[in-house]
Amino acid sequence: MSETTEQSIGQSARKHTISLLLENKFGALNRVAGMFSAKGYNLDSITVGPTEDASLSRMTIVTKGDDAIIEQIIKQLNKLIDTLKVVDLTYDSFMERELALIKIGTTSENRPEIMQVVEIFRAKIIDISHKTLTVEATGSGQKVDAIIKMLKPFHIKEIARTGRVALKREFVGEV
Amino acid sequence: MTQQTTTTTQRQMTGAEIFVRSLIEENVEIVFGYPGGAVIGIYDALHDISDIKHILTRHEQGAVHAAEGYAKASGRPGVALVTSGPGATNTVTGIADAYMDSIPIVVFTGQVALKLIGNDAFQEADIVGITRPITKHSYLVRDVNELAATIKEAFYVATTGRPGPVLVDLPKDVMATKTIFNYPKSVKLRSYQPHVEGNQKQLDKAVALIAKAKRPVLYVGGGVILSNAAEELKKFAHKTKIPVTTTLHGLGAFPETDELSLGMLGMHGTWYSNTAVNYCDLLIAVGARFDDRVTGKTDAFAPEAKKIHIDVDPSNISKNVKVDVPIVGDVKKVLQQLLPLVSALDTRDWIQTIKNWKEEHPLRYNNGKYIRMQHVIQKISELTKGKAVMVSDVGQHQMWMAQFYQYLYPRTHLTSGGLGTMGFSLPASMGAAFARKDFPIVSISGDGGFQMNIQELATIREYNVPVKIIILNNGYLGMVRQWQELFWRKRYSHVEMLSPDYVKVAEAYGIPGFRATVTSDVDDVIKQLFETDGPALAEFKVVKEDNVYPMIPAGQTYHEIIDIPNEKSEPIEGEEQTDLEMVTFSKG
Repeated sequence: MSETTEQSIGQSARKHTISLLLENKFGALNRVAGMFSAKGYNLDSITVGPTEDASLSRMTIVTKGDDAIIEQIIKQLNKLIDTLKVVDLTYDSFMERELALIKIGTTSENRPEIMQVVEIFRAKIIDISHKTLTVEATGSGQKVDAIIKMLKPFHIKEIARTGRVALKREFVGEV
Repeated sequence: MTQQTTTTTQRQMTGAEIFVRSLIEENVEIVFGYPGGAVIGIYDALHDISDIKHILTRHEQGAVHAAEGYAKASGRPGVALVTSGPGATNTVTGIADAYMDSIPIVVFTGQVALKLIGNDAFQEADIVGITRPITKHSYLVRDVNELAATIKEAFYVATTGRPGPVLVDLPKDVMATKTIFNYPKSVKLRSYQPHVEGNQKQLDKAVALIAKAKRPVLYVGGGVILSNAAEELKKFAHKTKIPVTTTLHGLGAFPETDELSLGMLGMHGTWYSNTAVNYCDLLIAVGARFDDRVTGKTDAFAPEAKKIHIDVDPSNISKNVKVDVPIVGDVKKVLQQLLPLVSALDTRDWIQTIKNWKEEHPLRYNNGKYIRMQHVIQKISELTKGKAVMVSDVGQHQMWMAQFYQYLYPRTHLTSGGLGTMGFSLPASMGAAFARKDFPIVSISGDGGFQMNIQELATIREYNVPVKIIILNNGYLGMVRQWQELFWRKRYSHVEMLSPDYVKVAEAYGIPGFRATVTSDVDDVIKQLFETDGPALAEFKVVKEDNVYPMIPAGQTYHEIIDIPNEKSEPIEGEEQTDLEMVTFSKG
């Protein structure tokens, strides 16, 4: 899910990844997304899913803004009654992944070339027909952007992306 | 949510009975409401209950404003109960009003049966969705077993931290389902723990800034009244000898007869309060949120001052104006923490300077043969001496009621400040009258706003609510006209308005009505109004074109302030120059 900016973005604006832990209650996603649109904040992506504790949901939000806006976003997220914890991962070391499904129109001539690209990116082919091939790509947002860029010259029919999920790293160094 | 001890009855009860029992557990004494199909079961359960008084308003908006008026005047949560669909959507303006002004109310809306939700059923509206951005929190009760705990939580959320409106949506079938009544005695939410005490490090920083200040000002907002901190504020100001200016919602938080009082600041604040803020070297914001009607252009607001900001809501801090020392916490608690740490400042020169400003630039107006709104308000101020609950509507009279009434006590000034809701005064004053019997309740509206909730006259008559209703009728939407005069080349586009005969309207509703058309009538009409038992209405035909000053035009700075003209104005038609008299009025 991607929403374009309603608020002008200043020079000092940068991308932030915010992780949010909230009560798994009716309408919780709505409250968060609604707050962003009501306040005119930028929302690049938002993902939500259950956690190890069934009563909680984890949301990962990618947004843009200068320091003052990000400070307000974090305060406004904290202000929501169902919010337990808000962490701006941007200044920490964190792991992030995004998944994309890319359906490409193929011919018997270009199929090997596509498969090469898929292999280089360590992506997977998960569906194939006479005229199409569907690729599952996982990785950082940048990696997913890159594979899409490499597949662009072929005929991309449809793309579905999940948006970013992220967790803080527990130790820094070789993983 | 953890439940400690509980009130339990073994008998099976319907959701409707549980609802009523829960309100009794919350010590709710009054509900403002309007029945309908989706809440007919709840109304049936209310029928035999004598512990709760139900006031049948004539419109759901009136019910919510009445709940607000009750909450503002008493400090206890206001409660409204309405049906689904149109009943629920009619509450939207009142809920938005309570959200902007941080008023603790709980609004219960009926909803169609669970299985019909989403089907475009008769009188169905997604009220939780509609009100999501204007409520502090909201609930849809999907299981009767969660009903009691949800109500407990709703009152807790509405009244703690920064107060606000909470909506509880009650599907019809859930309210007909039976279960055991089990009311939690306390509530603890892992995701909601409002700040109470100020952080010690921040307090120390604030104390250091205060000790160094030569020209400090306390900028006091509605938060002081919401947290019942007027006593602490008075002690703090007197101990430190720091002058006090209040926002519109802060009126009443500090006695305006006090030498340290500067009256209101902001767009239509006193000349001297805005001047003091402009030249102060320390601004201490207490329960105020740097609203644009206070600051004007934010980077030119209190430009020489270090700023301390005490607020219960962290998201208010550095939202509009960057501050040097934020202190997050309950205003009352933080002032209690600060009191022993501060000492008297030598502000004699500063106070003398301010005193000179007060003498040079008092509030003033030209009185004449025909009635000026300022005069009516000043007369009520002289008559009641601060011992009245003044409830204004929105517009010119609202600003003059802020300027020309001398406020002494908290919870005596009620207005729609944030949302600016015309039609607020009449129903809100009705709610306030149920909360307070010690002071007279005075509702002041213009002719525009009064016609927006005029139907509540019937409610006031039916329950004999002793509201003194004042209409200041200038035949215009006066504030819009003033802006058109000053900023839109006097193009008076759709602001002139016909009124009914308000005395006849009052009589038609069975309420005594009086009218004054010239200044010499004013004293008598006010006397009649206050001497009438129960409700009474007075219409004052006031001069058509008059402007509220001082004024800092929207988004501008202190230096663009337009002060009240110091010379006598031109007499209006029918007046002689000799009829005019310059009246001055000072706060503090």
